[in-house]
Amino acid sequence: MTPLELTGSLGIVGYGLAAIGPGIGVGLIFASVIQGTARQPEARGAMMGTAWIGFAVTEALAIIGIALAFVFGGL
Amino acid sequence: MGLLPLETGGEGYHAPSPDDFTLPPLFPDVPWLAWLDKYMLQAIVATILIIIFWLVMARKRQMVPGKGQFIGETAYFFVRNSIARDNLGHDFRKFLPWLIALFSFILINNLWGIFPFTLMPTTAHAGWAYGLAIMVWVVYNGVGIAKHGFGGYLKLATLPAGVPVFMWWLIIPLEFFSNIIVRPVTLALRLFANMFAGHLLVLVFVLGGEYLLLESEGIVNNIAGGVSLVFSMAIFALEVFVQCLQAFIFTVLTAVYLASSLAEEH
Repeated sequence: MTPLELTGSLGIVGYGLAAIGPGIGVGLIFASVIQGTARQPEARGAMMGTAWIGFAVTEALAIIGIALAFVFGGL
Repeated sequence: MGLLPLETGGEGYHAPSPDDFTLPPLFPDVPWLAWLDKYMLQAIVATILIIIFWLVMARKRQMVPGKGQFIGETAYFFVRNSIARDNLGHDFRKFLPWLIALFSFILINNLWGIFPFTLMPTTAHAGWAYGLAIMVWVVYNGVGIAKHGFGGYLKLATLPAGVPVFMWWLIIPLEFFSNIIVRPVTLALRLFANMFAGHLLVLVFVLGGEYLLLESEGIVNNIAGGVSLVFSMAIFALEVFVQCLQAFIFTVLTAVYLASSLAEEH
C-alpha cells in the first residue's frame, strides 16, 4: 500500500465540502430573521414567509450536493 | 473490531442505494402495461383524488361555510394569497387554476412518501420532477413570448435595466444561461433531490436500525438499532415538513418566474 493513499468514496468528501456554503447561508437567513423580529416584532409574519423561501432556495444547493454525490462518487 | 461499519458485501445488510428507487412494473407479465409501475399508479391515484377534491369543493357553496367547505376554502386561499396574489400582481387570476393544480399535484405526490401503503414519494423519481419543471419552463417562456414577442422577451430576460454597453458581452450570455437554461434544472433538481435524499435518509435509519436490532450481535448494537428505529419517527416528521415545504417552494418559484416573464419594461 502506498503511504498516504486515500481510499473510499470521493463523492462523500465532495458532499461534505458542498455542505459548508448552504450551512452558512441558512444560518445567515435565520440570523437576519431573528434580528428583524427583535427590531420590529409586528413584521414577523412577512419575514418568516420570505425566510422559508430563501431557506428552500439555499438548501437546494446542499441537497443537489448529496444527490450528485451518488452520481459522481459511485457509493 | 466489532464496531467497524459493515460494507455492502457484509452478510445480510443491504445498504440503501439509489438502486432502491428504480421500481419494476406492477404487472411484469402483461406487455402492454409495462409503463405502469408504482410511481405511475401513485400519480394516477393522486390525479383522481385531486380532481374529486376540487370538484367537490367547488360544488357546495354556501355563504356560511360548513366544515368541508372551510377546508377547501383554506386550501384555495392559501394558494391564492401567499402564492398567486403576492407574486403575480393584478393578473393572477389567469394562472391561479394552474398554480392550484400544480401545488396540489406536487403535495399529494410528495405525501405518498409517508403514506403507509406506498412509502415512496413520486417525485423521488427524477423523471417526474423534470417533467413538471419542463412544463413550467414551457409556460413561463411561452407567456413571456406571447406578451413581449420573441425578441422583446429575450431582451427582457437577458438584459436588466441600466447595464452599460461595454458589459453586454458578459451579462447577456450569463443571464441567458441563468434564466433560460439553469432555472428549470434547479427547479426540478431541488424538488427531486429533496425527496430523494429525504427518503434515503429514512431508509438508512429504518434499514440500519432494523439490521442492528435484529441481526447483529452485541447488546450495544441492538440498543443502537432500537434508538435508530425510534429516531426514524423524528426523521419521518422532518420528511413531512420538507415535503410540504418543497411543494410550496416549487409553486412559489413558478409564480415568481411567471411574474418576471410578465414584468413590464422598467
